[in-house]
Amino acid sequence: MLTYILRRLGAGALLLGIVTMVTFVIFYGVPRMAGQTVEQLAAMYVGRAPTPAAIEATIERLNLDQPIAVQFWEFLKGIFIGADYQYGRDIVHCSAPCFGYSFQNNTEVFGEIVKRLPVTFSLAIGAGVLWLIGGVAVGVVSAIKKGSIFDRVAMGVALAGVSMPIFFTGLLALAFLVHSWKILPNASYTPFTENPVAWASGLFLPWVVLAFLHAAQYARQTRAGMLETMGEDYIRTARAKGLKERTVVLKHGLRPTLTPILTIFGLDIGLVLGGAVLTEQVFSLNGIGRYAVNAIAYKDLPVVLGVTLFGAIFIVVCNLLVDLLYPLVDPRVRAAH
Amino acid sequence: MKKRALGFIALGAASALLLSACGGSDGGGTGSGDAPGEFNQGATEVVNPSDATGGTLRYAINDDFDSTDPGNTYYGFSWNFSRYYARTLVTYKTEPGAASSEIVPDLAEEMPEPSDEAKTWTVKLKQGLKYEDGTDIVAEDIKYAIARSNYGGQLSKGPEFFAQLLDEDDYKGPYEDDDLDNFTAIETPDDHTLVFKLKESFSEFPYVLLQPQTAPVPAEADNGEQYQTSVLSSGPYKFDGDYEPGVKLNLTRNEEWDAESDPIRTALPDNITVELGVDQDEIDQRLVNGQLDVDLAGVGVGPAMKGQLVGDESKQAFLDNPPSGALRYVNINNTVIPDVACRQAIMYAANRDSLQRAWGGAIGGDIATQLMPPQLPGADNDYDPYPSEDNTGDLDAAKEKLKECGEEDGFSVNIAAREGRDNDIATAEALQESLSRVGIETSIKSYPASDFATQYAGSPDYVKDNDLGLIVLGWIPDWPTGYGFMKSIIDGRSIKDSGNYNMAEFDNKEVNDLFDESVETVDDDERAAIYTEIDKIVMEEAAVLPVVFDKGLLYRPENLTNVHFSNGFAMYDYMTLGTTNTE
Repeated sequence: MLTYILRRLGAGALLLGIVTMVTFVIFYGVPRMAGQTVEQLAAMYVGRAPTPAAIEATIERLNLDQPIAVQFWEFLKGIFIGADYQYGRDIVHCSAPCFGYSFQNNTEVFGEIVKRLPVTFSLAIGAGVLWLIGGVAVGVVSAIKKGSIFDRVAMGVALAGVSMPIFFTGLLALAFLVHSWKILPNASYTPFTENPVAWASGLFLPWVVLAFLHAAQYARQTRAGMLETMGEDYIRTARAKGLKERTVVLKHGLRPTLTPILTIFGLDIGLVLGGAVLTEQVFSLNGIGRYAVNAIAYKDLPVVLGVTLFGAIFIVVCNLLVDLLYPLVDPRVRAAH
Repeated sequence: MKKRALGFIALGAASALLLSACGGSDGGGTGSGDAPGEFNQGATEVVNPSDATGGTLRYAINDDFDSTDPGNTYYGFSWNFSRYYARTLVTYKTEPGAASSEIVPDLAEEMPEPSDEAKTWTVKLKQGLKYEDGTDIVAEDIKYAIARSNYGGQLSKGPEFFAQLLDEDDYKGPYEDDDLDNFTAIETPDDHTLVFKLKESFSEFPYVLLQPQTAPVPAEADNGEQYQTSVLSSGPYKFDGDYEPGVKLNLTRNEEWDAESDPIRTALPDNITVELGVDQDEIDQRLVNGQLDVDLAGVGVGPAMKGQLVGDESKQAFLDNPPSGALRYVNINNTVIPDVACRQAIMYAANRDSLQRAWGGAIGGDIATQLMPPQLPGADNDYDPYPSEDNTGDLDAAKEKLKECGEEDGFSVNIAAREGRDNDIATAEALQESLSRVGIETSIKSYPASDFATQYAGSPDYVKDNDLGLIVLGWIPDWPTGYGFMKSIIDGRSIKDSGNYNMAEFDNKEVNDLFDESVETVDDDERAAIYTEIDKIVMEEAAVLPVVFDKGLLYRPENLTNVHFSNGFAMYDYMTLGTTNTE
């Protein structure tokens, strides 16, 4: 089991290394290869009327005149041992992990990501719980009552949910539930530690909208898995032994179905933690996704790079957690290791 | 039994959550009451006047400040808003109508005094001015503020007019050279006097002194780019906590501010909040619902809300439709189309009516027949050298001009426009259709907006190589005079290899000389007459096809008090606003 964990950790670290290198080259190497000069790159970080002095200062601070390998090495050094940045007359140390410095808004990228993490985390956790419980529950009931009106309606709604993007359902929800009918308040983020009720009520609508999109997939997946499992011989045996139907369904039917569900959940949560771009954009939540969108709009490369790496870390970590949870959910995996 | 009880608890919790969500407070007005004004009243009058203090004035914006540091900003709304915490030497008068573009003293005791043919300017500061920490504001702090923002290249987001105008060549900026005595172009003979020495005469120097870069910064408080996090206030409000880029900025009253010294600011609200990065549709909805007081960007509601409001009779009284100060126009490149008669043919053939419709009709802008927006001194609003019936173009005159330039059957040329700027593209399409009526065939080329002025239309080599004879652009002045508006886009000496905004590449000696004459002319009326003359030459030479004087559609919620439009900032004057919101 220890070997399994170490192997998974090693693979995760290797993957992150590759993602870092590829992302860095895309953002800093490719524009140069396409013919952009260092002055043109630097001009993106200064104001509307850049002077030669401003451009020169930016080139120096971003190491844009250095070979790409040196720039990448400086970036890696920043992540592992930190970096120094000059703020006017002061030199300030950006301690590790230093993901770079945004010259658009004069802030450290890692600090800004950490500041926005609670928003994205709250969004992901609330929505994740809703879509997992809701999706699985609907899937189970649909499988048991296959062909019933509930099954048909639930699968129809699930199809609608998966077909409608957030910028459609989100805007509709805002237009009707918030602005026209005033049933729900504007989406907002209040720290859980400050006011749990405001935290939940402010995020309620984004949770529901995000969960609606994802739950559909879980409902359909669970239903399909359950239908397959409930036809197995061991289910018939369980029933023949006189077990209660609830035990048969939940313990013997649902459990094997959960393994693929867990895999998808790990990926989805990782993706949402890396930035629920559309949801945060539609509901004006200042999370990591919105931070990335603004950075893209302003070509703020250090931020785009930082958020990309952060997103990759979440996906790798969530996948790792899922891999480690498999043995708990499915005894067959435990036996194999 | 136990499980059932848990189920009820869960149901109760969910219900409580839903009820608490449903019961969310709107705050502020409801947006359904009587309108406190009439359509467009705020453009020229104070709407909902009030001297009631208190409450929280709520701003939101889709974007963010370029910086809250007054020495590192170029956005119009940042300049307007920064006056809450950063007083400048002079500023625009806080009165509605034409007076709103007049300059009045702020930190200065009286208006700057020119001498030596406007090459030297002396400014006296008011006595007893203090920062939020109770220390005195002295002349050297203003000198330092100008030094940090114009020299050394560290604070690069703002303009560098001082660096261009002051008689100073070798100074490296305070971050490299901490001896301020080496910055010799500004003298501070005492704590309340500043003497600016310019390279050449410049009669419009007070407009430069109006920039937030003249807000005082004591050297010991300056931490470079990070100064934006918490600016030391000289105005009626100070930062309440740090500025968080992309998230928020809150202001609260600065008890050290002396209202007696400041006739500009009403300082009505107790607190000011700014939400950053809010979706534009969300901002517009909240304005209409009374859940927000001002859209900080100041340019008006987004396209979705515009469509709703224009057709809603009940909302007209909440709307203002003032000029944004911008001209939307098409450069007619003098290198690609060197013959003036060919350029004039384009002017005659253009269907101004359809071009206006491309900008959203009368709500989007007024048809422009000259270069300078009507509110600028010297603008002759009756001047129209290319008249036509119903503004649809004079095709006979256009054909005559084509014959005159030897292109009787028309010619081919490309139109450049910015990608993603729907109105620019629509303008290009309308122009394409207009010109095809006289045989001028055009092809529309769109380029990334962010590189438009550096790599494409702003690069004369690229323009020539790609036959970009017509270039769609918009322009808003740094300050509301003919010089502030026209110099960069029409003076031949403004043509640059990259980042060129004189995209017509118009280089006319007479015009260049008139600009030189204007900066030596101290009398306002005489200067305005020079600008009128420049405008007429540009139109006769057909260097620019004016399209519309752009207008915004601003929503003025009923909870907002003391509202009027400032021609100087081309948005509501933020210094007079109050609110009935007590949230």
